Amino acid sequence: MELKRLEKVNDYEWLIPPAGEMKVPVRIFASQQLMEEMDEKVREQATNVACLPGIQKASIAMPDAHWGYGFPIGGVAAFDPQQGGVISVGGVGFDVNCGVRTLKTDLSLEEVKPKLKELVDTLFHIVPAGVGSRGQISLSGKQIEYVLTEGAQWVVEHGYGIPEDIEFTEDNGKVNGADPANVSETALKRERKQVGTLGSGNHYLEIQYVAEVYNSQVAEQFGLWENQAVVTIHCGSRALGHQVGTDYLKTLAGASRKYGIPIRERELVCAPLDSDEGGRYFSAMNCAVNYAFANRQVITHLVRSGFEKVLPRAQLIMLYDVGHNTCKIERHQIDGKLKEVYIHRKGATRAFGPQREQLPRPYQEVGQPVIIGGTMGTESYILVGTESGEGKAFASVCHGAGRQMSRRKAMKKWRGEQIVRELSEKGIYIQAHSLAGIAEEAPLAYKNVTAVIEAIHNANLAQKVVKLKPIGCIKG
Amino acid sequence: MVHDSLTKIVEGNLTYMPKRYDYFEHKADVGIIGIGTTLPEAFEQAAKAMFNLMYDVERVRPLEKIQVECEADSSEELFVEWLNALLAQANIHELALGEFQVKQIKGFQLLGCAKGERLDPQRHNVKTEVKGATYAMLKVEKEGEKYIVQCVVDV
Repeated sequence: MELKRLEKVNDYEWLIPPAGEMKVPVRIFASQQLMEEMDEKVREQATNVACLPGIQKASIAMPDAHWGYGFPIGGVAAFDPQQGGVISVGGVGFDVNCGVRTLKTDLSLEEVKPKLKELVDTLFHIVPAGVGSRGQISLSGKQIEYVLTEGAQWVVEHGYGIPEDIEFTEDNGKVNGADPANVSETALKRERKQVGTLGSGNHYLEIQYVAEVYNSQVAEQFGLWENQAVVTIHCGSRALGHQVGTDYLKTLAGASRKYGIPIRERELVCAPLDSDEGGRYFSAMNCAVNYAFANRQVITHLVRSGFEKVLPRAQLIMLYDVGHNTCKIERHQIDGKLKEVYIHRKGATRAFGPQREQLPRPYQEVGQPVIIGGTMGTESYILVGTESGEGKAFASVCHGAGRQMSRRKAMKKWRGEQIVRELSEKGIYIQAHSLAGIAEEAPLAYKNVTAVIEAIHNANLAQKVVKLKPIGCIKG
Repeated sequence: MVHDSLTKIVEGNLTYMPKRYDYFEHKADVGIIGIGTTLPEAFEQAAKAMFNLMYDVERVRPLEKIQVECEADSSEELFVEWLNALLAQANIHELALGEFQVKQIKGFQLLGCAKGERLDPQRHNVKTEVKGATYAMLKVEKEGEKYIVQCVVDV
């Protein structure tokens, strides 16, 4: 990105002041190097978002931002329905509530290592993944409705988990305002057999360990310790979410014309939050949010059953589960007033600071655990939300490393077998349903996650707590 | 910075065939292109391009058939509808699709079908799931005697 069109606020914050139809400035949080490497399209898309009706304070982009659909991936924006605010499919994405969940074990790296291969092979067998995979549960009509309205809570009530899982899931694993009547028949049919499946692409299930502790006080509060083995699940709402996105892209295209909202890019179509179309999309999207929570919950149950077979003594308890493709109603301080706004986070993670009543009690004092996944073979991070991040970025941070090389280039450059071998030499055991998929997801196809995390930490949107390194990985 | 996303990759000697599919670069996802001497042919080729991202379409046998009907407000939106309708049907019927036919395009209404079989991850060489066809870099154009259709698919 050309920096001469931006104002440097400080080493980790850049500003595009409002001009033309922009209602608010664009704020990008990144180091100079990440800014220079960032796609010009991020500036263009974040600027388009800044022109939407009812947007509050700023159109924000994260250090891992890249070219998305209407919104940049790594884009955050808040809208006030009282001021004509809108909702956009592009601000949420096709994989609604795609997110990450980390489970803590009571085992050390040394205790897991001798059983690692057996553990990964067992989990690979138990957790359905890859193109066209189906789950072990086939839901009837009424059951589908419960999953869409009650989310993870319903599946836990039916034996797929323990009550503590719910307490440590964002929104307690269930958002309100989800009415299945707003979800198409096609979407419902696509969902029936997919609950408890990982999917493919960048989704994964990893066995990791705590490689470094940056903040021992917060780590202790989170129940994390050096060399501890943990499990992280990254997946979303599968075909249901995709179909909701597809269906409502069409509905909102019509709504944009109907309400005369000037659209600068086709994927940025939107509807006023207080319109029928906007309301229906929010409701359908909430169904997909609940479905994703339920999906990660069922996978948690499967992971526990896998551990039971290989390391029967192990206890797996939740650290946290948080999404990064969502639109949520939240209260934020805006111009000195506490306002209820709709926050779009497209490829951005909610990162509440301390004292938020929505957080589980043990985290209220320190802030929310924020899980940032790396790529297979590279480290992931657990951060903690800050008060400063609440003010600067509506309590949001990045969601991962972001791609730096296209899938097709990666496929031409590497072979899956080679990546598996190289990672194995580094002590990371991979099981995948598709070797071509592995090449697409090669670690070097992604930006350096550490540089992205440093930018978040130094901009004080969140603070580093621990670094996780993978030892076993399951891909679709 | 140079936009590699706009650099078209031409696959071998397919360039000289009147009917073919192709891809273009996109940082996070993939762009698909369908080319044909008629609009239905271009739509069919683009469908092949999209499903070939998930598995080798040439390895799929045409044993089962699904029907697709869709409509939209423009040719561009109809193209995206066609692709998304195929994704949904493949998913619902748990099929790998390999052959595509657009029987009729009337205004912005389409009638088509596709053939395939139950997905076999080994035999079909599975790759990455496509989540949906998008409006990004969407084009439906006639260039001389050829119809060219393209869009980015979210994977």
